[in-house]
Amino acid sequence: MAETDRVGEVIEASTTGLVAQCYEVYQSPPLGSLVKTRDESVELYGIVYHATTTSFEPGRRPIARGRDETTEEGVYRSSPQLLKLLKSEFSALVVGHRQDDQLLYYLPPKPARIHAFVYRALTEEVKEFSRSFDFLDILVNARLPVSMEEITAASLRQLSQACEDRRDFLVAAGKELSILLSGQFNQLKSILGRIGE
Amino acid sequence: MNQRLGIVVSGSLEGGVEVKLDSSVSVEDMAVGRYVTVEGKQRRFFGMITDISLGVTDSRLTLTPPDVSDPFLVKVLSGTVTYGTIHVLPMLTIGGDAVSMIEGPQPVKTVPSHFSAVNLASQRDVELVFGSEDEKRFHIGTPLDMETKICLDLPELVKRSNGVFGKSGTGKTFITRLLLIGMLQKSAAVNLIFDMHNEYGWEGSSESGKKVKALKQLFPSNVAVFTLDEESSRRRKVSTDFVVRIGYDEIEPEDIALLRQTLNLTELAVGAVYQLYQRFGRGWLKWSMPRPADMKDLAKTAEETAEEIAAILESLKIHEGTFQNLQRGLATLQRLCFLVRQASDNSVDRILSELDRGINVVLEFGRYTDITAYILVANLLTRRIHDQYCVRMEKAMGDGGAKPHPLVITIEEAHRFLNPEVAGRTIFGTIAREMRKYNVTLLVIDQRPSGIDTEVMSQVGTKITCLLDNERDVDSVLAGVSGKSELKSVLARLESKQQALIFGHAVPMPVVIRTREYGSAESYKDFMPAKDADKDIEELWG
Repeated sequence: MAETDRVGEVIEASTTGLVAQCYEVYQSPPLGSLVKTRDESVELYGIVYHATTTSFEPGRRPIARGRDETTEEGVYRSSPQLLKLLKSEFSALVVGHRQDDQLLYYLPPKPARIHAFVYRALTEEVKEFSRSFDFLDILVNARLPVSMEEITAASLRQLSQACEDRRDFLVAAGKELSILLSGQFNQLKSILGRIGE
Repeated sequence: MNQRLGIVVSGSLEGGVEVKLDSSVSVEDMAVGRYVTVEGKQRRFFGMITDISLGVTDSRLTLTPPDVSDPFLVKVLSGTVTYGTIHVLPMLTIGGDAVSMIEGPQPVKTVPSHFSAVNLASQRDVELVFGSEDEKRFHIGTPLDMETKICLDLPELVKRSNGVFGKSGTGKTFITRLLLIGMLQKSAAVNLIFDMHNEYGWEGSSESGKKVKALKQLFPSNVAVFTLDEESSRRRKVSTDFVVRIGYDEIEPEDIALLRQTLNLTELAVGAVYQLYQRFGRGWLKWSMPRPADMKDLAKTAEETAEEIAAILESLKIHEGTFQNLQRGLATLQRLCFLVRQASDNSVDRILSELDRGINVVLEFGRYTDITAYILVANLLTRRIHDQYCVRMEKAMGDGGAKPHPLVITIEEAHRFLNPEVAGRTIFGTIAREMRKYNVTLLVIDQRPSGIDTEVMSQVGTKITCLLDNERDVDSVLAGVSGKSELKSVLARLESKQQALIFGHAVPMPVVIRTREYGSAESYKDFMPAKDADKDIEELWG
């Protein structure tokens, strides 16, 4: 696992998801991208559904500092401590795991461990992961602070970038979704509207 | 390789099975009447598409349709949210179990299990069901969208009476011509054809006006053309073998009874005919015919005759009005030139002697295309031929001698002979019902099958039906067939040319065919000895 793919560290974990903090502020992986972490022999896969950048101290909100600056970069240049006072975090929904070299599209036996390293999945891994659409079932049924349609569409957009034939992948995913969301045509339509070209 | 269409999702033996099409298959590529195979767990089923429909999983979609201009959306939705289904009527099991391996395709007694794969039938499957062309089977056409030959087992076909039905102009004559050629080539039967419109003997014409060869040109040594109208034949440059003349003494009361409607006779007048026949025997018609005009000029003879007539009618208790009605009817017959007071040669014997030699007889009607002449002659000749056949068959049964050749009698406008009112009385009704045992069967050609007596219709072995769109006609043709409502939709959607539905005794399952091509020099090649056909093609291309 290349160190460059490492994006953060688990700071909160549950059976269904995890929260990770990035090592650098603003370095959280894109919405919908596939991330992974390891817990002993089990490799967990998650889809990023939420990201925040906040102050380290909960009671202390950042204040506007750019009145005398001409550019945004200027703000950070004149107050270099700022980057040390902010933190970026992201949440991922666990959508599958790998055990004994087998990719399984259901929840792992145990949640991730705190301080476990979180990596962005490599292109090859994304390709392998997207061979099946079984993860969509977890995705469309999850209760998240962000709308299910947004996350599903974002994840499909992200995963499709690793595919050779992007359109075929999206059509196949759309068909799978239309089965999962039968009777909920409006939701289906809004997802399809977000992944179509 | 078989093209996969979808999977079985529901159904019943009676109503057929519902097949959900795969998303890769377009409903627009499906066609009613096409063959499919269903791969059950233990058996393979062979069936026919009888209906095609569209479905949606979410009914809201029908109220607020999606944006169909987005090709991505359309592609995703097709086959999932929106899908096509076909209705398949399984008809036979082919292979799979021991019986169908040994004895060939068997009628279905069950349905394929859930989610069995459905494929488009391959050429081999169709051949397995309908057999390939051999010394018994005659290639009559091809299934829709396939090149496989559909073959009819002709020796089997001629064992029963058969019917060719269809609206006017749908190709009945072409199919009949093909069937006759098939019988000539592949079965031991001889044909007697009552050719109302002079289409089967020497040459016929297609709807576009193109001339097509008929039986005599293709099989000169096996076909004899008899005519009722020598002049017409001569004008059409048809060489005829015999000119049929019918003597007044050959006409019997039954013949007149059959013509009651066409001659506009009352029931009493028909009754009078039987009385006159009793009184005068075979000379009844000669006596009853209106006297020629030249006789009336001789006042004395006429008066005497009038007195005589009155006396005889009095003795027979026939009312004068009734007799006049009869005479008016008979005057129509008098105008038929082939009816003569005394026939010099016996037409029935001539026909029988030809049939005995295995020669097929086509009787042309020339200009006598009106139904009166047709009914009269067909009935009269057939009745006597039938009598002869009965005698010979019984003799053959008695002393084990040779049975007469199986005979197929072709009649057009069959509903005139076989309508419920007269079917019981005409010889054709009898033949249709029971003559199979006496080696005589009918080939019935008709455009109004609903006019044919249901009892007769139920005895028709194989029915070949071109397009019919009258509800009653369709019902009467399909009466008693399993899967009737499905076949009805197939029948109503036949093209008006070159397509026909065949079902019954000679085919293992109902089949829609595109009729074999007939009329080009190439098409004759398969029928004729090779040498003649090549000559023909040379002539065509110079």
